[in-house]
Amino acid sequence: MGRMLIGKGKSVYKGISIGKIFVYKKAEKNIKKEIIEDTAAEVVRFEAAKAKALGQLKGLYEKALRDVGEEEAMIFDIHQMLLEDLDYNDSIINMIEGENVNAEYAVFLACEQFSAMFLSMDDDYMRGRAADIKDISERVISILNGTQAAPEAMAEPVIILAEDLNPSETVQLDKDKLLAFVTQKGSANSHTAILARTMNIPSLVNTDIDLDMAYDGATAIVDGFAGVIYIEPDEVTMAKMQEKKAKADEQRALLQELKGKETVTKSGRKVHLYSNIGSIQDIDTVLENDSEGIGLFRSEFLYLGRDTFPTEEEQFEAYKTVLSKMEGKKVIVRTLDIGADKQADYFGIAEEENPALGLRAIRICLIQPEIFKTQLRALYRASVHGKLSIMFPMIISLKEIMEIKDIVAEVKSELDKENIAYGAVELGIMIETPAAAIISDILAPHVDFFSIGTNDLSQYTMAIDRQNPSLDAFFDPHHEAVLRMIQWTCESAHKHGAWCGICGELGADMDLTQKFLEMGIDELSVSPAYTLALRKRIRESE
Amino acid sequence: MASFTYTIKDELGIHARPAGMLAKEAMKWNSAITIDNGTKKADAKRLMAVMSMGVKKGQVVTISAEGEDEAACIQAVEKFFEENL
Repeated sequence: MGRMLIGKGKSVYKGISIGKIFVYKKAEKNIKKEIIEDTAAEVVRFEAAKAKALGQLKGLYEKALRDVGEEEAMIFDIHQMLLEDLDYNDSIINMIEGENVNAEYAVFLACEQFSAMFLSMDDDYMRGRAADIKDISERVISILNGTQAAPEAMAEPVIILAEDLNPSETVQLDKDKLLAFVTQKGSANSHTAILARTMNIPSLVNTDIDLDMAYDGATAIVDGFAGVIYIEPDEVTMAKMQEKKAKADEQRALLQELKGKETVTKSGRKVHLYSNIGSIQDIDTVLENDSEGIGLFRSEFLYLGRDTFPTEEEQFEAYKTVLSKMEGKKVIVRTLDIGADKQADYFGIAEEENPALGLRAIRICLIQPEIFKTQLRALYRASVHGKLSIMFPMIISLKEIMEIKDIVAEVKSELDKENIAYGAVELGIMIETPAAAIISDILAPHVDFFSIGTNDLSQYTMAIDRQNPSLDAFFDPHHEAVLRMIQWTCESAHKHGAWCGICGELGADMDLTQKFLEMGIDELSVSPAYTLALRKRIRESE
Repeated sequence: MASFTYTIKDELGIHARPAGMLAKEAMKWNSAITIDNGTKKADAKRLMAVMSMGVKKGQVVTISAEGEDEAACIQAVEKFFEENL
């Protein structure tokens, strides 16, 4: 046991986690080529790393088998088989012995060679296997050079200590194995922070802590109330934190009592209380927290963390699953919102000076309607399986709405021609640019609903980049300009028979709940973890 | 040499999992086992090579075994195809 170490950060979810640390270092992108004299020893080093990787995969397979069933576990079985492939192994060993190179470099070259082979095949399934080759190779390389593989390699739930986590890394994390995130960088409004809230995970960003491998496996406490991480805590701290954790758990239990209760103010006004989610797995949390629907389903997860566009079929299956699981409760899917801080290389979007003001979201969809139509077809086809609404992000003009409606009409007439059924689907837009908020009276007659995305609306109104932590001090979440735009948007909607909700982080801000109710907001969509606390707040409001 | 021909029934063709299981099965035998779809050939013990043939549903493949245990081997491999592909 060393001495207790304290790090301070910005908390993104209030809660306490106690557990072991997993130091997550990204595998070196640039593998260095080194000349090795003792090639026999280098082969032994490779074989040992491979054996360790196989052990990790076996552990993952067994855990996944217990937790999620054989179908999901199979991937780890396949990874083991791939790692034992004779050609792959021959290629690595020949490289080490014939070229006198280090094992990392040999694995890296074999990875390039074999993933290229799969990528060149004329079959989507086989092309997708290139990602598996990369995955197994990275696993071996990170064992070789002492960095850890992705956090999923952990068998036990852990507190992840990392420099930063980007959205596509975060979506790949196994949620069952996360006790907390603690990152050196990142801002309270980043997507990783939003994800931590969705998953009820106490997490700190912008934390002053070294990324020392010596912490790996050490016991730590993350206090999301105070924004503190204690590494190797002393007995007094441990006792105090255990007590604090017990209290927090008790409070959570109290909230559980509100399950099944109506979301209605004292004066009898009903508010729709929905959830924001970013993947199919989040639905379990939505249902656990007794949410009344999904007010924002970020469809990006279908596009991130892969090398090719998702097919119509893949998307259809995903939407169908969500709609069926929600059993007739409303599900509002937001169409593709790639760009800005959420990037996927295969979109081929050129590097931009200012991506937040660049080619993103609906702009991509209108420029490349084929991408958009695939998503809309999948959505309309899935609409027969539940109660679907679709909303469009980053709208600034009526012209865009008209173009969208033309494309929707095309999609529907194509489905009609093919005799494919679809249901009645509500169409709405995100109000997340000052432009859309200000002309909301012009837009309202053409949509069924507005959903105010307060994160982007705030960032564009105050001209503050939400990914830049050094600006947090200037950011005023209750800025009057933002509140006035919300009020005006709500009035515009009601004047034209549309409804108006809030799906940004501000929707969960309990200090504003009363104000939103007075404005006449019809729906609040928040991280599932906030559902019951917000229901409590609404029931106590006038 | 012993051989049989087989029409692939699996929706995904010879995909990763059956190819991996086939490699495991093939490793049990001393015989050299070859898969041939008319245009490409691969050693059944080599998973990625088999996958890279890209054998799809409905395609006919010829599997042959050559070695001292070829008779028993080909029987076992044929059973494997019937059960898994």
